[in-house]
Amino acid sequence: MSDTVAAHAVHGHHEELGFWRTYVFSTDHKMIGRQFLFLGLFMLLIGGLLAMLIRWELAWPESPVPGLNIIPEPYIFPGEKGGGIIPPQTYNAIFTMHATLMIFFVVMPIMVGCFGNFLIPLMIGTRDMAFPKLNMLSFWVGLMSGVVMLASFFVAGGPAASGWTGYATLSARASYTGVNWGQDLWIISLILVGISSLMGSINYITTIVNMRAPGMTYFRMPLTVWSLFITAILLLLALPVLTAALAMLLFDRTMGTSFFLPEGGGEPLLWQHMFWFFGHPEVYVLVLPAMGVTSELLSTFSRKPIFGYHAMAFSMIAIAFLSWIVWGHHMFVSGMNPLLGTAFMMTTMVIAVPSAIKTFNWLGTLWGGTIRFTSPMLFALGFVSNFIIGGLSGVFMASTPVDIFIHDTYYIVAHFHYVVAGIIFALFAAVYYWFPKIFGRMMNEGLAKTHFVLTYIFFNGAFFPMHFLGVAGHMRRIYNPTQYEFLQPMQHWNVFITISALILGASQIFFLFNFFWSLFAGKKAERNPWQANTLEWTAPAPPPHGNFDVIPTVYRGPYEYSSPEVKEDWLPQDRNLGTQAAVRAH
Amino acid sequence: MLRWLPEDVSTFGHEIDSLFYLIYYITAVTFILVTVLMIVFLVKYREQPGRRAIYSHGNTTLEIIWTIVPAAILIVLSFMSVNTWAKVKRHAPESDFEIAVAAKQFNWEVSYAGPDGKLGTEDDVKFDNDIHVPVNKVVRVQLSAKDVIHSFFLPNLRLKQDAVPGRTILVWFEATKPGKYELPCAELCGFGHSGMKGWLYVHTPEEYKKWAEEKLTQKPQ
Repeated sequence: MSDTVAAHAVHGHHEELGFWRTYVFSTDHKMIGRQFLFLGLFMLLIGGLLAMLIRWELAWPESPVPGLNIIPEPYIFPGEKGGGIIPPQTYNAIFTMHATLMIFFVVMPIMVGCFGNFLIPLMIGTRDMAFPKLNMLSFWVGLMSGVVMLASFFVAGGPAASGWTGYATLSARASYTGVNWGQDLWIISLILVGISSLMGSINYITTIVNMRAPGMTYFRMPLTVWSLFITAILLLLALPVLTAALAMLLFDRTMGTSFFLPEGGGEPLLWQHMFWFFGHPEVYVLVLPAMGVTSELLSTFSRKPIFGYHAMAFSMIAIAFLSWIVWGHHMFVSGMNPLLGTAFMMTTMVIAVPSAIKTFNWLGTLWGGTIRFTSPMLFALGFVSNFIIGGLSGVFMASTPVDIFIHDTYYIVAHFHYVVAGIIFALFAAVYYWFPKIFGRMMNEGLAKTHFVLTYIFFNGAFFPMHFLGVAGHMRRIYNPTQYEFLQPMQHWNVFITISALILGASQIFFLFNFFWSLFAGKKAERNPWQANTLEWTAPAPPPHGNFDVIPTVYRGPYEYSSPEVKEDWLPQDRNLGTQAAVRAH
Repeated sequence: MLRWLPEDVSTFGHEIDSLFYLIYYITAVTFILVTVLMIVFLVKYREQPGRRAIYSHGNTTLEIIWTIVPAAILIVLSFMSVNTWAKVKRHAPESDFEIAVAAKQFNWEVSYAGPDGKLGTEDDVKFDNDIHVPVNKVVRVQLSAKDVIHSFFLPNLRLKQDAVPGRTILVWFEATKPGKYELPCAELCGFGHSGMKGWLYVHTPEEYKKWAEEKLTQKPQ
């Protein structure tokens, strides 16, 4: 530790860097964080627009979408009175790309790429990541994977259309979907994502283990850092499994191997085992940072220490372990041995416990606080509220007999949108909270609160009725629900959901306007506008290259709000009250 | 919410539905408790001048309680699910009524044993998308797929099973009420996935006999 600090202290004064080194090929963790943020927001726009098309199709099947006729046949069919009709093949491509973009290019770049990069060094009190150049490479490979993914929209045959889960054999032969290049580019892009996040996660883990400021013991780290630490470990171990599966799939498609094709002796279920062995830890990669941020904000704005800090940290560790032995619950009706289904049901039920612990501790944090309803706090509370619904709805499908019925229905779609799309609340909370530190300006509170109210109402309007559809047996990934007699009485819910979703989409204008307007014209931020305890608030806003004037020394945990030791209701981690000696980290 | 469940005409569906209801009640009560508590806290502990937050880092007894109680409920739930799961998926009852369904893009190919009484031989009688069965009779289905993964879904019989290329999976059901029930494919199988569906016709024994004599005893064209 002391060597690292000393080495960094030498480099404390940085020479002026040119435009390219500052804004484009930057090795500064904060600039890389901002780059990931802009990448993620751009992809969020595209992924969101794709969601609008999915909803349009489900509410008013095979009717022309205004403005879509600019896309040529056979990808879009012209409507008789203008507009464009989405054909089934394009529909499959749209929902495949919606999920792929949202998971790999929105939630991962923003929650892990942006906030991981920006916050880890600042929150643990160091000047940069352990490997700044690797960090830069991680972003550029990530950007490349995004370019490859977007390029697949423009190749003959269109983008991948076998679902984001890419189940073999559908994905393994071009003749089954009619998609040739699109699926190959999808595979290549996700292999690049794997490489990018591998570099990122090595960096995060090394930085957290080795570069914490004096006194920053593991159990004095903010829960945001804990969540990113565990996320990085999951990424490090899970993504290579996906990369391996993707490579095998690419070989099957292009080199004539038969890993997943039964006619050559392969096994389609092998893909599912490998995909979900990655896929379930991936769910926690997405949701853990959101949980960390939520814990951070609930404590800060309740002006109260987090309830059960150790329980919070250990429940995340428990999730990290259990997430490796629950993947089979995606495969209850896949043809996997039913006895394995029973085993996976048990583990799945157990993994609900740490999530329950977290929820109860969030409630405990609110209890007895003095709650400030700022926009980040509102969004954090929105995350909790959605997570309660998403967590509870997961119990249904954990029970194998119930899953027989609701598997591959909208019940599942409702469940994972409450959990994964619910992350958007933590994402917005984090943007509103750290914007002053990232860009040195405040966002407008009035616009932010309007954004929250509209988003909260129409998010629930869009996703809650999906449970009703699921109960009625409405399948996922169907193009036209009116083709089924048993679903016709439910069609009005599809219309209701679509209208809510369209308003939800439109409400995001409040965010986009606020974000870009505040970027240039927002009120200048002070160092610590929220009166928070963690180390990033002791640095200037925005922090310069190298972050801190002097590396801070940490005297206490991150959530000492309303401590009786001081008059004000916050007590920063680095304030020396003279009553205790700093404990060295190592 | 559960009133939207399709009518159940199977022998095991009521067990699945009662688990569904049980979990629904447990989660609904939990949801209401947690939400009400959260709203009460948000109102009661909103920032007010002159009041300072309680300086508390948690409570070990509470942590133990809210670890053990959910764990106990969830473990009991999984033990309650084991038998129904085994009944539906592991222990198919014996029956002299067996058919084969091969899924392909984008049809269900249904085979009945021909005059030789055996499935999988030359003289099998084949139909596209229509399954005819007698009521109150255990039906065994040899489920396979010819190209990609499909999923055999009978909402009214609470039955779903993926059909996987390269495997034959045995599924079974026993319909308890005559009628016509939809049979959609529930796993994305290509551009024709939506609309890939068939019908299950459940007949009274007399009607079924008539149908079988007409359709199964003569060689199809």
